[in-house]
Amino acid sequence: MALDSSPLRVEVVSADGLIWEGDAESVIARTTEGDLGIMSHHEPFFGVLVPSAVEVLSTEGRREIIAVDGGFISVAENRVSLLNAYARLAGEIDQAAAEQQLNEAQLALEKGDVSTETMQKYHRASAQVRAAQKAAGRH
Amino acid sequence: MASSLRELRQRRKSVSATKKITKAMELIAASKVIKAQQAGTRALPYTRELNRAVSALATHSANLEHPLTTRSHRPRRAALLILTSDRGMNGAFNANVYKVAARMRARLEDQGVEIKRYIVGRKGIGYMKFREIPMEQTWEGFSDAPTFAHAHEIADVLIKDFLTPYEEGGVDEIHAVYTRMESMLTQSPRVRRLLPLEVVEGVSELGEHDHIPQYDFEPDAETVLDEVMPVYVRSRVWFYLLQSAASILASQQRAMKSATDNANQLIESLTREANQARQAEITQEITEIVGGASALAESSAQD
Repeated sequence: MALDSSPLRVEVVSADGLIWEGDAESVIARTTEGDLGIMSHHEPFFGVLVPSAVEVLSTEGRREIIAVDGGFISVAENRVSLLNAYARLAGEIDQAAAEQQLNEAQLALEKGDVSTETMQKYHRASAQVRAAQKAAGRH
Repeated sequence: MASSLRELRQRRKSVSATKKITKAMELIAASKVIKAQQAGTRALPYTRELNRAVSALATHSANLEHPLTTRSHRPRRAALLILTSDRGMNGAFNANVYKVAARMRARLEDQGVEIKRYIVGRKGIGYMKFREIPMEQTWEGFSDAPTFAHAHEIADVLIKDFLTPYEEGGVDEIHAVYTRMESMLTQSPRVRRLLPLEVVEGVSELGEHDHIPQYDFEPDAETVLDEVMPVYVRSRVWFYLLQSAASILASQQRAMKSATDNANQLIESLTREANQARQAEITQEITEIVGGASALAESSAQD
């Protein structure tokens, strides 16, 4: 593979379809080992994501923020796939609603409800709140 | 004769009313089936990427030793996930599912495997209840428009059951009976083994991406495998739910179309019969009048 300057091809996929797709300069995601930046021609890589906000710097200079509540990132042949069943674009998140859900989940957790459902709700809401805050911060 | 004419007209009216309903249901099903198919297409990238990931993992660690992929040598108990519809009016859809499910059950029971049933869809629940067949767990209310959350819930229940040891009521195998949407005209019920996962299946589905790069795994292949496997099962269940939903609506559309056609035929023949009855009535009246008139003429001639 020659070292051309072709951009990364990024696909963000949720269970309900393609969330975002396009060319990007870089992708910043948080895996179980810590934050990870991916640029063009990264070696083949497969990682487990933690609930967080993924940043994609598109070639048009836009910064896309995507909330994920886990899932995977796979990099191969200059293609990045972000795989998360409940992935959402920051622009589509209702921050107030997400915060409310986060509060609800937190309350439930404090009451000792540690069912996987509550945990998932908590992770999803916290990722969405983080993504929404991050997106709001750039303006 | 008069009563029969009235009866015929009444029947024609009621058939017309039925036809209006079936026609409306046909149109609704037709619009919904498109939506369901679109939902199926939208879910494709997710399934495809996951298949790629699982294939990559499979090739990476050739002797894949994961609880979700390890096959029991002698299965003793199996779970059967049966996807039926919530409502009727869809022709032989459910009957076909039961048929395939029964065949699978017979095959498993021949091998001495005990069966636990998981049913999706009100019709299937009713069917099992009527026959007093025990069900382990049931879900209803989303058969024609499932969401991923439903698939998530079902898959997690199945995985939990699979990971429970046999002695504590767990199962060694999980099979799913769903209906594959081949086209608008054909939908065929299928049985697929959900667990233990057949990773080989994933590889063969890969097709054009035959060569798989050597991935770096983070944190390591095993942990990644632990995370991917349940997600993969969920995506399988999601796929089955979507396929069944589209199939339900397609069968409904077809069933309602033939019901409408039948109603049309019935209306036509009832109209003919009614016309005939009316004509017969008129003829009889004329005969009576003519008869009466000639009798009168005869009697006045005699005077």
